[in-house]
Amino acid sequence: MGTISRGFSGRRSTADAKLPPGQYLTTDFPVLSAGPTPHVPLERWEFTINEGTDVLRRWNWKSFRGLSTENFTVDLHCVTRWSKLGTHWEGVSLDTLFAEVKTDAEYALVHSYGDYTTNLPLDDLMNKQAWIAFRFDDEDLAPEHGGPARLLVPHLYLWKSAKWVRGITLMHQDQPGFWEALGYHNYGDPWREQRYWGD
Amino acid sequence: MWRVGTVIALHDETAAARTITLEVPDWPGHLAGQHVDVRLTAPDGYSAVRSYSIASAPNPEGRVELTVERLPDGEVSPYLTQEVAVSDRLELRGPIGGWFVWRTQQTESIQLIAGGSGIVPLMAMIRSRAAAGNTAPFRLLYSVREPRAVFYNDELQALSDQDRSVVVTYAYTRAAPKDWPRPPGRIDAALIANTTWPSHLVPTCYVCGPTSFVENAAGFLSASGNRPDRIRTERFGPTGERK
Repeated sequence: MGTISRGFSGRRSTADAKLPPGQYLTTDFPVLSAGPTPHVPLERWEFTINEGTDVLRRWNWKSFRGLSTENFTVDLHCVTRWSKLGTHWEGVSLDTLFAEVKTDAEYALVHSYGDYTTNLPLDDLMNKQAWIAFRFDDEDLAPEHGGPARLLVPHLYLWKSAKWVRGITLMHQDQPGFWEALGYHNYGDPWREQRYWGD
Repeated sequence: MWRVGTVIALHDETAAARTITLEVPDWPGHLAGQHVDVRLTAPDGYSAVRSYSIASAPNPEGRVELTVERLPDGEVSPYLTQEVAVSDRLELRGPIGGWFVWRTQQTESIQLIAGGSGIVPLMAMIRSRAAAGNTAPFRLLYSVREPRAVFYNDELQALSDQDRSVVVTYAYTRAAPKDWPRPPGRIDAALIANTTWPSHLVPTCYVCGPTSFVENAAGFLSASGNRPDRIRTERFGPTGERK
């Protein structure tokens, strides 16, 4: 136990028991991003799976929205310590997007409009763990929350769920993304409290 | 790694915000714009952690100043603004963040835009510039509810009096001083266009404040021709309790 804070009792709630260590519950939906919100017109939107210059799959908004979708309910955990439980989304599973992709790459670098990037092992995007989401709470995803479409990988801290997503680069060697190069943990498992370098 | 700092001074900035000066013996140093995590621990071991921006310039003495605004339903900010006393010990971790920072080697024009307590990390940049003798031209647009909600008023006045390359513009949202040229109101495109650097100077812009404020300010900066990659933002939601 750390230094006791004289006169501090805190405000515990029973719901905290379901939260990863060091998180607290919120009911609103705070926004965190490093720069201005990009506004991406649907007619210009595209999403690719690539190995650098070699594009393996490409969708425009129409072909992307022609894919089968899933409704899913997940908990979100932000590294800034808020957690939001039971959020409702509609999106396309990464399993669907990768159905015809053959690769022996082990890592992925996710790219966004606005040049944000984040990295994770490819395995973390597979097997019903990740979606490209375009609706939140039965409404089109607002730009400040990542619309038109964002990645959701809810088992990792929310900075891995790149907003304004536009592509995934498959890699044989891991490469840190934006926050991962600026002091945040390379993997980011909230249940192991992997917030920063060295955690 | 958690470090223990000792509170060596307390100063009320406004009725709702207090600056806490900590001495941290093994502090590794920080950059202007970075934040720390502060951990409070109850006698039974329950703990709560929140992030707060550092207000002080980097310094060799291991001094870290935090300005904390009290949130009515906050868990940590009421303690930090009302309970903490000089010689208390607080646990902190950091510094954290490598993006929303200003380094003393930077020489380009700097545009700072603060909404309310979003002034805190921007003040660290202004102080860092002064402490380093850096001469980069700085402009600050500080949007605040009313005159008595301004943080660091005298210091900002003194800094901009001494140095003509630090220009401070206030914009009031609820109540302005008598005869103030602009009626109270939220920031808008005209205010951004009239008080910030022309985009052809390619300033680096730092915008900090509540989510909707930052969303608007960054949008106006983009619309007036600033490159998105030169606009750095730090947002805090109603529950973010950042700052």
